[in-house]
Order: sequence, then C-alpha cells, then structure tokens
Amino acid sequence: MTEARAEPRKRPVPFRGGGFRPETRRGLGAVVLIGLLLVIEWGVAAGWISPLTLPRPSDVIATFGALHETGMLYAHLFPSLSRLFMGALIGVSAGIAVGFMIGLFTYARAGLVPLVAALFPVPKIALLPLFVIWFGIDEASKYALIAFGTFTPTVVATYGAVDNVDRTLIRMGQSFGLSWWSITRKIVLPGAMPGILSGLRISLAIGIILLVAAEMLGATHGVGAYILEAGSLYDLERLFAGVTILSVLGIIVSAGIGRIERRLLRWRV
Amino acid sequence: MELSVERLSHGYGDVEVLSDIDLRIPQGRVLCIVGPSGCGKSTLLRLIGGLERPGRGAVMQIGQPPADCLNPLTFIFQDFALLPWRSVADNVSLVLEDHRLGRAARARIVADVLARTRLSDFAGALPRQLSGGMKQRVAIARALAVNPAVMLMDEPLSALDAQTRELLIDDLIALWTRQPFTAVYVTHNLSEAVRLGHEIVVLSRRPGRIRESVTIDTPLAERDMADAELERRQKHLWALMRDEARAADAELIDD
Repeated sequence: MTEARAEPRKRPVPFRGGGFRPETRRGLGAVVLIGLLLVIEWGVAAGWISPLTLPRPSDVIATFGALHETGMLYAHLFPSLSRLFMGALIGVSAGIAVGFMIGLFTYARAGLVPLVAALFPVPKIALLPLFVIWFGIDEASKYALIAFGTFTPTVVATYGAVDNVDRTLIRMGQSFGLSWWSITRKIVLPGAMPGILSGLRISLAIGIILLVAAEMLGATHGVGAYILEAGSLYDLERLFAGVTILSVLGIIVSAGIGRIERRLLRWRV
Repeated sequence: MELSVERLSHGYGDVEVLSDIDLRIPQGRVLCIVGPSGCGKSTLLRLIGGLERPGRGAVMQIGQPPADCLNPLTFIFQDFALLPWRSVADNVSLVLEDHRLGRAARARIVADVLARTRLSDFAGALPRQLSGGMKQRVAIARALAVNPAVMLMDEPLSALDAQTRELLIDDLIALWTRQPFTAVYVTHNLSEAVRLGHEIVVLSRRPGRIRESVTIDTPLAERDMADAELERRQKHLWALMRDEARAADAELIDD
C-alpha cells in the first residue's frame, strides 16, 4: 500500500448557459443598411448590376434633392401624412372601443367576434372601388379604406390584451368596492396597454400599405400617386425615392410606438 | 360589526366544496381557518367577502360598520394584487379615489398608513422594485387605508420565505396590539395560525366541513415561538389535520 494514489484530474465545469437573450446594439441597423447601399452603388458603378434592374443609390439621393428643391416632396408627403393620420385615428380608436366591448361584455363578444373574423381576411384593397362609390372619390374614401384596414387588427389585439389582464387585479378592485368604470379605466386599460401597443405596430404598418393603395386609385398628389406615376414611366430613381419615403415612414412610426411604449410601460420589468 | 356564516354550502358543478359551515366572527378578534390544500378555505373567504355567491346558506352582517369605514370587508391576497404600473403611494391611493375625499384627506390617509407599515421611504417605488415582504406590507397598508371592519386575509404570508414571514407576523401582531382589528385569516400554516389566531377553525378535506374549533387565550403579544403551550396546540391541530392532508394529497385535482 505504498504507491501514492494518483491525484484525480481537475478541470473546470464546462459552461453551458448563456444565449437566447438578444440585446440591442445601437446603430447596427444603420450600418447594415448603409453597407447594403454601398454594395449596390459599387455594383451598379462597376457594371455587375445592370442599371435597368436597380438605380444607383446616389441617383436616388439626387432625386430626393430635386424633389426637395421643387417642393414636390412636400406636395406629395403632406396629403399622404394627413390621410394616414386621419384614417388610422378613426380605425384605431374604433378598434380599441370595439375591442374593449368584446373583452368586457358577453353579448358583444358573442355577436362581434364572428363578424370581426369574417372581416379580417377580406383584402381591404379589393373594397376600394366600393368605398369610392360609398364615400366619393375624394379624401373620405381614402380615410375609410385606411380606417377599415387598421380597425380589424386593432380589435383583435385589443380584446386579446383585455383577456390577458390579470384577473386577480380585477378581483382586488371589486373587493375594494371600486366602480365598474374605475376598474376599467385604472386596471383593465393600463393592463391591456402592452397588447394594444404591439397591435398598433401591425395596424399602422397595414395603414401605410393601404395608404399607397388608396393613392394609386384616384389621387393626383401623395406618395402612392407619385410611385404609380414613376412606375408607369419606368423611372426607377423616382420609384425608389417613393419607396424610400414609405420605408422611412415605417421606421418613424415604429420608433414612435417604441417611444410611447418606453414611456407608458416603464413599470414592466 | 360582526359576521356570521349560516349553514353555508357551496359547490362548482357536481363537486361540493363546502358543506354546512356555521361560523361566527366576533369583533376585535382574529379567526384562523386552517385545512389541507383544496379544502375550500379560500372559497369560504371569497364567500364571506362577497366575491362569490353562496350555493346554499348565507353570510350575514350583524350591526353597522363604523362611520369612517370606507370598505367594510377588505381582502389581503396571497399574491399581493398590486398594480404594477402604480407606485406604492398610488397603489394605496387607488382604493380611496372612488370615495369623496379631498385631495388633502387622501394624502393624509396614505401618509398615515404608509407610516404605520414603515413604508414611508418607499412611497414612490414601483412594485417590481420591492421584495415580496415589502409588497405584502403595501397590500396591508392599502387594506388599512379603507379602515375595514373585517380584514379577510387569504394566505397572506404563503408566498414569502420563512424569515420574511416571521417579520410580517411580528408586524401584524404589532398592528393588532396597537389597534385591534377583526380578521378572518386563512392559512395552511399551523404555526401562523397559533401565533395569530384567537380562534382556530379546522376544516376537513373536500367537501370542507368544520372539524374542530380551538380557542387560544394567550394574548397575541405574549405568544412566541418557544411557547410550550402553543407547541402543544400546534401538535394537536396537526394531529387533526394529518390524515386529512394525506388523503387530500392523494386525490386527483380534477376528478
């Protein structure tokens, strides 16, 4: 028994945790976008991308410059923004109201859920001619189209969010004798806010799509009309300038909702 | 104001949860209800508080609540039920906002109950910043704010760790000693029951019936963990409950 026992081999326990938690990296999105544009710019300049398939990003920027100088940018942008704002305002407020009714009242739920399910998959663009007959060729039919398109996703998101409000909080409100209106306003509404806001992201993106569709039919000014005109003339620089406006609009809307979320939902972990 | 539960039975569908319960909740005393899990003790509390309609029998209110009482039957919940988007002070203020109180009166009540629960320094904090024990103290402060005639406590300390539970038991005893309140205290923890209860009612497993009622006369402030008498009481209660608890444990939840 004289031989010394061999010391057991010692090594660190292998690390198996981590991951599954994407973090935000400020500015990385911009780097990807600019990198892609630089590649396209270089490709078109060097000739391995045909100028018939993609315009040079620098030409698109020059088109923007011209649009800005002639003032046409604003002549197209302002009508579009006001249509989007009015249409989305009507659609989203009606959607939140109906979503709350479905979330809170038995009869509203039983009666309206099938109706919303029937309306949701209807491509609203297909109804535009109908809206033109109902509301005229002017602004009203465009408001109606955008309102209708943002309404259904808002309803679905809102009543889902109301369903998900913690029932123990509602019981608590009742146990302290809070009025129905107080419970709805102070417990259900803030509790449903996260779901409503994430629904709003989808609704407003749909609103932008429908804005363009509406402006392609019977509008002389507006981003949609501008894109349609550029497309039929096969003017790629202007087409892409129009598309860029829409993308920027999408980014601004999304960032705006993000800001509202950070402000209203500070209480979340 | 006193409460009395009269021949109360309750069930969900075919399952009878409570059967023939008679109870009297005297003023200024703490009545503990203990029983194995699933014996219907939380249901009984919700029935007493009017959050559910009894199947048979009734819960009667005897006498009038005091004039300055804003919400006679006030719950304290196991999971605290604080609004995560409101600060500590605003959570307390929530239950006062529906009453016709001036802004100054409301602020005075909030400041007073936060001081009584030693939370004044945390008035502006959000619930997610607080520990479990602090959250339950906010819930207690909120309950005190409406000056309840009867406090209905549904396993208020069950979500907390053992040390925090001890601290909160001391807090509750101090609050009661300073100003005796009437309470129904539901728990499955026998040591909480013998520390806090003037009377302890043992329920059987489902359908819950009253098996025995035990009265402890030692004043709350004089009870401590090492008390031999309390120890003996707790053992007696556990003997009553053990077989029930074992049988309840072996039951399927949805049969």
